[in-house]
Amino acid sequence: MRELVILSGKGGTGKTTVAASFAHLAERKVMVDADVDAANLELVLSPQMKEKHEFRGGKVAIVEPALCTACGRCAEVCRFQAVQEKEGEYLIDPIACEGCAVCHYECPVEAIRLEEPVSGHWFISETSYGPLVHAQLRPAQENSGKLVAIVKQTARQLALAQGCDLIIVDGPPGIGCPVIAATAGAHLALLVTEPTVAGVHDLERILSTTAHFGVPALVCINKYDLNPEVSQAIAEDCAARGLSLVGSIPFDKAVTEAMVQGRSVVSHSQGPASQEIERLWEETKRFLDR
Amino acid sequence: MKIAIASGKGGTGKTTVAVSLALSLPQNQVHLLDCDVEAPNAHLFLNPTIQGREEVAILRPSVDETICDLCGRCAEVCQFNAIAVVGEKVVLFPELCHGCGGCKLACPLQAIEEVPHVIGVVEWGSVGEMAFAYGLLNPGEPMPPPIIRRLKAMAQGEKTVIIDVSPGTSCPVVESMRGSDYCLLVTEPTPFGLHDLKLAVEVARELNLPTGVVINRADIGGSGVERYCQEEGLSILMHIPFDRHIAEAYSEGIPLVEAFPDYMLQFRAIYKEMGKQVGP
Repeated sequence: MRELVILSGKGGTGKTTVAASFAHLAERKVMVDADVDAANLELVLSPQMKEKHEFRGGKVAIVEPALCTACGRCAEVCRFQAVQEKEGEYLIDPIACEGCAVCHYECPVEAIRLEEPVSGHWFISETSYGPLVHAQLRPAQENSGKLVAIVKQTARQLALAQGCDLIIVDGPPGIGCPVIAATAGAHLALLVTEPTVAGVHDLERILSTTAHFGVPALVCINKYDLNPEVSQAIAEDCAARGLSLVGSIPFDKAVTEAMVQGRSVVSHSQGPASQEIERLWEETKRFLDR
Repeated sequence: MKIAIASGKGGTGKTTVAVSLALSLPQNQVHLLDCDVEAPNAHLFLNPTIQGREEVAILRPSVDETICDLCGRCAEVCQFNAIAVVGEKVVLFPELCHGCGGCKLACPLQAIEEVPHVIGVVEWGSVGEMAFAYGLLNPGEPMPPPIIRRLKAMAQGEKTVIIDVSPGTSCPVVESMRGSDYCLLVTEPTPFGLHDLKLAVEVARELNLPTGVVINRADIGGSGVERYCQEEGLSILMHIPFDRHIAEAYSEGIPLVEAFPDYMLQFRAIYKEMGKQVGP
């Protein structure tokens, strides 16, 4: 079984546009939306939900006012600025609380208890392109990396059970914890960038991240014709470093039109972006088959 | 006033708005903090003169095996499974450690010391008279919040503090937005933009922040975002149209208000409007 993760560093470069088209083009695969903060693949793949599971990402400390002697030990030991003192009363801000339980263990009168609230859900859905495993972390919750790990693990089991030999993961932006979880165990990363100074800067950061975890990476430039000089510079840089530039997708209004209609570009249009994404898939597949 | 500029979805134009707003106000009264420490971009548009640099570290445990009697109390209290007793050894999983110090406090023999582990850096300086700071999480490090906290501690409170937030809705976003006076959300009128705007609005509400919306590439997509803002009573402060020239200037690292100075008036107007909504 092979696992492809689509990443970018910078947000909004077109990861989901590419992933949705790959869902249409690839055969016998399980799709994963690992952007658990802001999952968008479901807006294009029209999933029918089959299973819904609760996710508890971590604990939250709660002070029992009747027991609290206002000694202030909790505020002293908390490293996350989560304990607030108001007129001699101690309260824990659930949003700042990291769930480390240090205050719970240090409280001399056992006035602090821990709860583990539901912080999101994950789903197994069916789409006309095969199974999709996705999730929604509740806004302002923690531990998206753990949720990404669950979603990916579920996808692997599903792929085994259904005889699929490929998992395609639509990754989150950035380089932090959910990206690391999305990258872990992948065989290949496809990095989608754009020909802007910000795109180039963040491509460098995500390349360092995939290299750190030993995952080979391919590069693709979206809206390459928006600034052909920067695209050329990216291409030369890739060549100099032995990185394969596997696609240059032109700016094409059909991409937004397809999104508005809730479809993938390749199923919506036969235009230039669509054609290049088809070629991009063929190229990526070659590397996956190696 | 502290203004957090966020979006939910990536690539909607947070940095464009943050940089342009900062450049439109009296420069000696602005402090721009780029809190997207995973993929910071504001400095690419501003070319700041860097005057200082500081590494940001979290404290991680180190066990003195000559003292440790393998009682396992550290593993019991650790909520992140970052420390375990395996056979005759204490094993650390540093990438899971949040640096809370719980194991050190819990160890009955004081066999645990904490050692700083560098996860990234903050740099500060100026752009003309504007104060500027940003942070960089080291690739491979999972946790941005300590760097964001360090950046926010540098905020020059007497100035207008503009915070460029990372995309998403989880810890780094909350950490960046917490303690702001106003949340300015930048979106685009596509289904993705709308979906993620709704989530970002929930975060802002969770934090009790007055919220306004900027619609970028306002003429590409549909009317869903406008309708949603109306229904939710969110003020739409500004529309920026899709314009290939804007996109080209962006691609070269030229701030919107430098390429199109007419926008300065609009940014000053939305600054005033935000001030009104925040109140004295």
